[in-house]
Amino acid sequence: MKKLNRRDFIKYGSGTVAAGAITLGAPNIALGSTKKVVVVGGGAGGAIAAKYIKKADSSIDVTLIETNKEYYTCFMSNEVLGGDRDISTIRHGYEGLKKHGINVVHAKATGVDHDSKKVVTDAGDNFAYDRLVLSPGVSLKYGVIEGYDEAAAEIMPHAWKAGPQTSLLRKQLVEMKDGGTVIIAPPGNPFRCPPGPYERTCQIAHYLKHNKPKSKILVIDAKDKFSKQGLFTQGWKARYDGMIDWVPAADTGGGVTSVNAAEMTVSTDFDDIQGDVINIIPPQHAGHIAHVAGVTDDSGWCPVDLGTFESKIHAGVYVIGDASAAKGMPKSGYAANSQGKICATAVIASLNDIEMTDPSYVNTCYSLIAPDYGISVAAVYRLAEDRSKIAKVAGGLTPSDASKEALQREVQYAYSWYDNIVADMFT
Amino acid sequence: MRIKATATALLCMASLMGTTASADPARQAMLVNTCVACHGEAGNSVGPAIPTLAGLSPNYLMGAMLAYKYPDADELEAVIDADLAFEDVEAFNRYGTIMNRLASGYTDEEIKMIAAYFSEQEMQRPEQAFDSAQAKKGKKLHAKYCEKCHEDEGREADDDTGVLAGQWAPYFLYSMADFSNGDRDMPKKMKIKLQEIQDSVGHAGFEQLANYYASITD
Repeated sequence: MKKLNRRDFIKYGSGTVAAGAITLGAPNIALGSTKKVVVVGGGAGGAIAAKYIKKADSSIDVTLIETNKEYYTCFMSNEVLGGDRDISTIRHGYEGLKKHGINVVHAKATGVDHDSKKVVTDAGDNFAYDRLVLSPGVSLKYGVIEGYDEAAAEIMPHAWKAGPQTSLLRKQLVEMKDGGTVIIAPPGNPFRCPPGPYERTCQIAHYLKHNKPKSKILVIDAKDKFSKQGLFTQGWKARYDGMIDWVPAADTGGGVTSVNAAEMTVSTDFDDIQGDVINIIPPQHAGHIAHVAGVTDDSGWCPVDLGTFESKIHAGVYVIGDASAAKGMPKSGYAANSQGKICATAVIASLNDIEMTDPSYVNTCYSLIAPDYGISVAAVYRLAEDRSKIAKVAGGLTPSDASKEALQREVQYAYSWYDNIVADMFT
Repeated sequence: MRIKATATALLCMASLMGTTASADPARQAMLVNTCVACHGEAGNSVGPAIPTLAGLSPNYLMGAMLAYKYPDADELEAVIDADLAFEDVEAFNRYGTIMNRLASGYTDEEIKMIAAYFSEQEMQRPEQAFDSAQAKKGKKLHAKYCEKCHEDEGREADDDTGVLAGQWAPYFLYSMADFSNGDRDMPKKMKIKLQEIQDSVGHAGFEQLANYYASITD
């Protein structure tokens, strides 16, 4: 039986550099005890973890379990709402990952048996693993806002998971009369994509300004401050002055507490407010399978070792992306990408019993205020010495005095960011 | 005596490690993995504006990162002077939108590793839209004003110049805008040539060059 050469791994590590660099002396089948990794969730974190594990060590049997055959990125989905982007451009398939030799299974993971190390799917299949990576994103907490359940979401879309919900919200905007009121209700922290609701406000305003200029947007927030607030507020004033009314939690006693989908009203502690299009972004917690697998804590998120993303509750199980409690990093697509690569390196180190190299993390996140007006936040992080947080060591926001030219460039860089991160995930 | 000899040997090894940028491939992979989600696999950006890094010279790449990291010209010069590995780095002040925020997150040693990796990758020149008539004019401009330093139609990297052929056109135009308005420094010779282009054909010359470099895919 050919053993994996420990020194090869020390020498080459994992990831990009290792791609094609490691050649094993024997095909998978000759190894006898092929190592198995199962990844649940084929989004910004899971697709990357699966691909980078396979690329670094093709002898590992990698299975990716993802419910949907087509994946719609949340990133750039706000531009679909604004009308400048067709939804087909944010739809991606899994053929590229299959070409890497990843076993892509379209099913819903319904259970994890930690003792026998198996993932169960709704199709009744079992997938054995030596290491399990969960990248389930978020589940929406229905019922926290009274009256907001799955049925209500068909009338007042959340559009916080891209796809049919995005199309539904777009359709409602297109059908709305000029002079209508759009209500957007962002949740409290933490939640997926902290700048997302405010970029969405911009994109909807962009559509209304050019098509239904008498309309208004009312943002009833569950928070008193938000991501990139200064830059967004500046952008709203520069481009959509008088159209957007942002109401902090302090003014409503905490934001939207209940909805009535039949009446198209939202209620705060003080008021009932009528809307023509209502976008409720409900509170969130880790994706369903994380709860089933028992890797969440009281917060509803998954505590992990911040250097490897291995669960602090179940050894051998890793949680990346929005579902993880990655203290110090935002719940963003690029953060999930970065975590997916660190996790891939950690999984390979663990399977081969070698030391994990120091992690390096990056987040970059663009928001499109208008077709010629982009802003961003970016950071480089290192693991704190006591592993208690992912500490930002560099980074920052678009400067508030950035030139028109710079803001235009950020749009083009945002498009490049999108094309490259999607290529990283799916090709 | 023996202990001392061992210590000396270790010191020698350590200094060798310090100058060999890819001494720790696992660490290098970890670092470049943070870059490639924006700059493309192996540093070949799929565009349309984020530049390709693959195949640029290590000195060029180190110079760019150091310029982002040390915006103060005196500090930049001091850093370059203090490290033998930066001996052939010519650093010019450089305008950035986002890299100027990120670069200081990496140590100088990490910058060496990142530069070494991307310099070892093969640049892939993508298909880009271009205007043939403009490209034809750009070709002449290149031959007259640029080829002397940016050899082989702007493909050459070994002379530590920026690779122009096949670089993403929007990025090229952003760079030219930065050079022209003083946001990015350049060698004296280049400054003269840029002025000559502007004097003879005006700003349109940069568009023509952009079309020409975009037309090169081999």
